[in-house]
Amino acid sequence: MSKHRIVIEPDTEDSNYWRDLWNFRGLFYFLAWRDILVRYKQTVIGVMWSVAKPLLTIGVMWFIGWLFHSDVPTGVSRILLVCTATLPWQFFSSSFSEASNSLIANSNLLTKVYFPRLIVPASTVIVCLVDFFISFGILIIIMVLTHYTPDIKILMLPVFLLLAVITSMGTGLFIAALNVKYRDFRYLIPFIVQFGLYVSPIAFSSSMIYNHPTLPQAVKFIYSLNPMVGVIDGFRWSILGGDTAIYIPGFLMSIAISILFLFVGIWYFRRMEKSFADVI
Amino acid sequence: MSNSIIKVEHLSKKYILKHQNAERYTALRDVIANKVKSIFNQQSTIDNQQSREEFWALNDVSFEINQGDRVGIIGRNGAGKSTLLKILSRIVTPTKGRITIDGRAASLLEVGTGFHPELSGRENIFLNGSILGMTKKEIENKFEEIIDFAGVEKFLDTPVKRYSSGMYVRLAFSIAAHLEPDILIVDEVLAVGDAEFQKKCLGKMKDVSGQGRTVLFVSHNLQAISTLCNKGIVLNKGTVHTDAAIDICLQNYYGLLKDYSFNENTSKSDRLNRTNGKASFTKALSLLPDGGENKMWSFKYNEDLRFKFECKVNEPCDGLTFYMALKGMMLDSIITNVKTVITPDGLNSGQLISFTLTIPARNIRPGQYDLYFAIGNKDGTSWYDVIDGNINLPTLIILPVSDDPHENAGFTTIPFSINEKSIS
Repeated sequence: MSKHRIVIEPDTEDSNYWRDLWNFRGLFYFLAWRDILVRYKQTVIGVMWSVAKPLLTIGVMWFIGWLFHSDVPTGVSRILLVCTATLPWQFFSSSFSEASNSLIANSNLLTKVYFPRLIVPASTVIVCLVDFFISFGILIIIMVLTHYTPDIKILMLPVFLLLAVITSMGTGLFIAALNVKYRDFRYLIPFIVQFGLYVSPIAFSSSMIYNHPTLPQAVKFIYSLNPMVGVIDGFRWSILGGDTAIYIPGFLMSIAISILFLFVGIWYFRRMEKSFADVI
Repeated sequence: MSNSIIKVEHLSKKYILKHQNAERYTALRDVIANKVKSIFNQQSTIDNQQSREEFWALNDVSFEINQGDRVGIIGRNGAGKSTLLKILSRIVTPTKGRITIDGRAASLLEVGTGFHPELSGRENIFLNGSILGMTKKEIENKFEEIIDFAGVEKFLDTPVKRYSSGMYVRLAFSIAAHLEPDILIVDEVLAVGDAEFQKKCLGKMKDVSGQGRTVLFVSHNLQAISTLCNKGIVLNKGTVHTDAAIDICLQNYYGLLKDYSFNENTSKSDRLNRTNGKASFTKALSLLPDGGENKMWSFKYNEDLRFKFECKVNEPCDGLTFYMALKGMMLDSIITNVKTVITPDGLNSGQLISFTLTIPARNIRPGQYDLYFAIGNKDGTSWYDVIDGNINLPTLIILPVSDDPHENAGFTTIPFSINEKSIS
């Protein structure tokens, strides 16, 4: 019986938290499953949306890149360059914004049932991951159409995907916790996403920034603080290979920032978690 | 080693009430604005503090619950019942104190938590089950029982948004009823569904507790509590008022609820609006078996119901008729009534009349009833005075003395006889 002993006290660090999280993995799975099921109910083209959205973005970004003659590495078509960035970006933007809003959207659960609250934003990230895999088909089709064969480095892709997951989880958790208390963040989220679309290397490649002759060093540094720069550069490096060499200092910076975000996100989320039901 | 399964020690929960700021959530904008204001203006910080008030939803609550107990938690609105359940369910954290729970607890603070309207019945069973803490395997094992109990086989693949509200509630409760935790925490879920289904739920909850599980049950349905629970905790203004057997708790709760005393001037204008006031009630009380005043207006099923009335004549009138009606709480229709002439003789102003009314035991079935008393002229064509729920007359409560549904169901007992019996 002592196996199930639960002690409820104010402000004690719950040592069982991570074990609880494991025990509730079923709920984690079902919440993700629910969101996937619900997402395309009563829609005409259903699951095609997870293809249509990135496809349109790729089109627009390709056009912008073409219009401004952004550099394209040799042996790679522009459409592929844009596609390798759009997919992780779409994943980040949707998982970040949905994770940030997930607690509010599930407030009825939060006030009626106990479970480790981390499950809610985490499961939305999983849903977005599923979308990502569906839209990944676009990339494969483009590769086939442009007769492009990636080399062995593509095996590193899961590492960069993990980095994208870490980035969106970290930022998502942080904003989700803040959003419970301060609804201002509701307005901030679309702004961050929109802003990020322009400052991330989607229509252009990072080398244009890092190798720019006149851009001050400070701007390059600030640019490398964007964790999505690391993710996108990583995607391009592993898929497009050779000519898209990663700018190592900037890349490490992005990784460090991503991991920092994850720790800060979890820490803040855990700190606020106990008061969610009271303030939501 | 004690066999207490839940131990609550000095539990308190504080909420901050904001009086001016009625918004449900804080906007960062306001926080910043207030901070800035308070730098420039000392006055506004004071204003700010005045609009905040501490409210102790629970204050130093301690009790223990033993394995297998079925505990009813009773109290008026705002007594802290729901807060207590939320803390026990780990949804909110206490401000002070400590709770130790030995066992797997499942709480049911609402039926159908997390039901998604777009999903089918089948999908919602899995979703809701997992929200309530069941594993996928447990749900699969119970699946047949759940749909059977809810009676929604035909609609398993229909989105629940197309369900009638009755079906919805039945499905939701059915899932919850098939949880198998050591401790079941239930809040007011029987307030939904039709009467028949409520009965079914109550039976199911009894089964659950019969299997040695511990049940914590909050409800305003006192009859449900009195049949289901063996122990009770009465909460009043965030503190434990009574922690004892359920009968004692109910008695004390009624005492808390209705410290009612009637006198000549109680809601006089209301009474005069409806009657001519030629005579008026000066006393109306119910009596304990020993003749003392029964302030709770509650009787056991096996006790005679006794009431005492005193009337004063204000204007000369032709006799006095007494009328009483018994109404169902929810029904608002008369279950039965009594009309009798107390005296056919003319009365002069200033005369006092007193009488008692007795209804023999075992005639009114356990439950809560509205009462209606009136006095009028000897023909019962014009009325002098009236007392009823509109002037806060307490409800009549009949407490069950056994679990036998053949003594508890319905409203009244009818006389009957079985004759010419032959067994061959």
